[in-house]
Amino acid sequence: MSESVLYEAPGPRAKLRARYASAATGLVLLAVFAWVIYRLALAGEFTYDKWGPLIDPGNENFTPLWTLLGRGLVNTLLAAGWSILFSLVIGTILALTRVTAAAWYRWAVVGVIELLRGTPVVVLIFFAYQALPVMGIDLPVMWSLVIGLTAYNCVIIAEIVRAGIDSLPKGQSEAAYAVGMRRGQVMVNVLLPQAFRAMLPALISQLVVVLKDTSLGFTISYPEFVQRGETAIENLGNPIQLYLFIALIFIVINYTLSKVAVYTERRLSRSRRSAATEEPESAAATGD
Amino acid sequence: MQVLIDNYHLYLRGLGTTLQICLYAGLLTLVVGTFIAGCRVAPLTPLRAFGTAWVTVFRNCPLAVVLFFMAFGIPALGVNASYFVFGTIGLALYTSAFVCEAIRSGINAVSPGQAEAARSVGLGFGQTLRLVILPQAVRSIIPPLGSVMIAMIKNSAIAGAFGIGGDLYAVGIRQSSAQGEAIIPVLVGVALGYLIITIPAGLLLSYVERKVAIAR
Amino acid sequence: MRNGKLTAAAIAASMGLLLSACGGGSADEEGFSAPVADNPSFEDGTTMAEYADSGEITIGVKKDQPLFGLENLNGEMEGFDVAIGEIIAGKLGIPADAINWKETPSKNRELYLEQGKVDMVVATYTINDKRAERVSFAGPYYEAGQDLMVKQSNDSITGPESLRDSEAKVCSARGSTPSERIREYIDNSRLVLFDTYSKCADALRNGQAQAVTTDNSILMGLVSENENQFKVVGETFSEEPYGVGIVKGDVDFCEFINDSLRTAAENGTYQEAWNSTAGEVSEKTPELPELRSCS
Repeated sequence: MSESVLYEAPGPRAKLRARYASAATGLVLLAVFAWVIYRLALAGEFTYDKWGPLIDPGNENFTPLWTLLGRGLVNTLLAAGWSILFSLVIGTILALTRVTAAAWYRWAVVGVIELLRGTPVVVLIFFAYQALPVMGIDLPVMWSLVIGLTAYNCVIIAEIVRAGIDSLPKGQSEAAYAVGMRRGQVMVNVLLPQAFRAMLPALISQLVVVLKDTSLGFTISYPEFVQRGETAIENLGNPIQLYLFIALIFIVINYTLSKVAVYTERRLSRSRRSAATEEPESAAATGD
Repeated sequence: MQVLIDNYHLYLRGLGTTLQICLYAGLLTLVVGTFIAGCRVAPLTPLRAFGTAWVTVFRNCPLAVVLFFMAFGIPALGVNASYFVFGTIGLALYTSAFVCEAIRSGINAVSPGQAEAARSVGLGFGQTLRLVILPQAVRSIIPPLGSVMIAMIKNSAIAGAFGIGGDLYAVGIRQSSAQGEAIIPVLVGVALGYLIITIPAGLLLSYVERKVAIAR
Repeated sequence: MRNGKLTAAAIAASMGLLLSACGGGSADEEGFSAPVADNPSFEDGTTMAEYADSGEITIGVKKDQPLFGLENLNGEMEGFDVAIGEIIAGKLGIPADAINWKETPSKNRELYLEQGKVDMVVATYTINDKRAERVSFAGPYYEAGQDLMVKQSNDSITGPESLRDSEAKVCSARGSTPSERIREYIDNSRLVLFDTYSKCADALRNGQAQAVTTDNSILMGLVSENENQFKVVGETFSEEPYGVGIVKGDVDFCEFINDSLRTAAENGTYQEAWNSTAGEVSEKTPELPELRSCS
C-alpha cells in the first residue's frame, strides 16, 4: 500500500497548513542541529588539530591516516567477503540436508541452528578467537572473525535458502521428477538456481549485516576499519571526528548495498511477474 | 565447569542486568520506532525526510559506532547521565530503525481499501492510522518485530563494552581476562545465559506467529 | 651497524622522502635505535643461538598503549617496551627491522608464549606468581605501580582511601588487573569499564567519571597528552614490576636477557631508550630495578 492512501490529496488550505507545519518541523530540526554544532564548537571539536589530519591533504598526518584507514577498510571488506561466502556455502548445505536427510540429522541441524542463532555474534567471535587456540586450532586473527561471523550468519542464510526453495512452485520439482531426475539432481539443477535468484535481495541485505558486524573485530584486535580508527585515535586524540568519518563511510557503503538489493529485487520481480514478491525493503535483515 | 558452579551468582546477576537493559531498551525502542514509522508515512515532507534519514543512519551504522556516540558524543555536548542510560538509549535508537521498518512493512501489508474506506467515512490521517490501519497491521508486524527484539537482546552484549559493565557478556570477560579462568567454560556459561533468554523467546514468538497468522 | 645495512637504510630513507614528499611526518622523531651486535656467537642448542641464526624474532607487545607499546599512523611501533625489545634483539644481532611485533592482549600473553606464537613478551607485563606458573620472567626492567588520575581541579580525591566514602565513579580497562584491585575500595556500580584508557580519559574530561586508575606509567602518558587537564594523585598503591615474559623454564635465555638489561643500564642505552619514549613526559629517568634470579 502506498503511503498516499493514508490521507486525502490536500486542498489549498491544507496545503498552506502543511507548508507552515513543514517549515516549523524543519526549523525545529535545524535548531537541534545548530545546537549540536554550537556545543561541539564549545567543546573545541572544530579545531584544525582535530580535523586537519582527516581533511587537509597538506597535513603531515593526512597520507598516513588515509593509508591506515584504507587498509582497515580493505580488511573489513575482506573479512566480510569471506564470511558471506562461507556462510553461503555452509548455509546452503545446512538447508539442503535439512530438507532431504534423515530425521535424527534434521533434529541435530535444528539444534545447531537454534544454538548459533540464539548466541550473540560477539560471543561467537570471541569464542573463535579465544577458545579455538586452546583446543589447538591456531589461525590468523582474521579467520577467528570470519569463523565467528560465519557461524552466526550461515544459519540465517540457511533459513533464507530454505524459504527460497519453499517459495518455488511445487510444479518445478514435480516436473523434474517426472522427467526422471533424482533428488540431488532436482535440487542442484532445478530448485537451487531458481531459489538463489529469489534469494538474491535477501542475501545482499544480509551482507549489510555482516559488514556491520565485522566492526566487532575490534574486540579481538583484528585490524579492520573501526580498529584502525582506534589506532589513529590513540595517535591523534580526535575520537569524535574519526568516528563521524567511520560512521559516514559505513552508511555510504551499506546504503549503496541496500539500494542494490532493492534494485535487484525490482528487476527480478519484473522478470518473473508470477512469483509474488514482498515489498522492496522486506524485513530480511532484522537487525543482525 | 567448576567455575560456572562457583560463580553462578555472578552470572545470574549478569543475566539480570542484561534483562534490565533489554527491558528498558525494548520499551523505548517500541515508542521511538513507532514514532519514526509514523514520520515515514506522514503527510509532512520534513517529517518524512527525518524518518528516512533516521532509518538510513541507524540501519547502516554498526551498533558499536552508535554506542560510541552515545558514550562519548552526547557527554561532549554537555549532557550527563550514567553509562547505563546512554547504553540503553543507544541500543534502543539502533533497534528503532528496524522496529520502524517492521511496522512500516506491516502497514504496507494492510490492503489499501481499508485506508480508502476509513478516509471515505471522514477519518483524518491520525485516526486512519490509529483506528484502522495499525490494529490490522499488528498481525503482520508481530513476527518481524519479534525477530528484531530477539536480535536486540543479543546485541545488548555489545552495549556492555561501552561503560555499562555487569551484563552477562561483561561478567564473562571479567572472569576470563582479569581472573584468569579457563575461557571455554566461561564462554559456555555466557552463551547459556543468552540462550536461556533467546530460545524461549523464539518459541514464544513462533507460537504467537501461528496464533495471529491469517490467510490473506 | 653494518655497512650494507646503512646503505639500505639510506636508500629506504630517501625513497621514503620521495614517496611522502608532501606527506611529511617521518616516524623518526623518537630517534632511538638499539645497538645491534655484529655476529654474536652463542652456544649451540640455546634459544639465543636459534634466534641469532634465524636472524629474526617475534616479540609480543601492546599496540594501543601510548609511551610503552603504540602503533603509530605509519604502522611502526614505538614506546619503552618496544625499545626494550629492540635492545634485547640487538644483543642477538637482530636489527629492529627484522623484529616481528605481534599484538598480545593481556589475556593472551601466557597462551601465546606456551603456543610459541611469540618468542618473548614485552607488554607492560607485571610479574606475579600466578603468571609465573605458566611462563618465566626476566627482569624486571621497570617498576610501575597503580595510581589514580583525576581532573586538575579535583581536590577531594587524594588516594584510593578517599574513594571509599565518595560518590566518585572510577574508570579502568575491562579485564585488567587494576580494575580488579580498585574493587577493594569501591563497589561495582561505581566502576566504569572501557577497552582502552584513552576512552577513560575522555570519560574523565566529560565528567562521566571522576577518576581513572591504572599503572602510573600509563597515567603519565594520559596526563601529558591532555595538557593541564589531569593530574596523578596520591601514592602508588601496588607494585607492578614489568618483566619480559619467555617460555617457562628457559633459564639460559632469562639470564641472557638480564645480562642485556644490565649492560644497557651500564652503557646508557637503557636511559636513552627511556628518554626517547616514556621519558618525554616524565621528569625522572628510572633506575633499572634489581633483577630477579632466573628459575
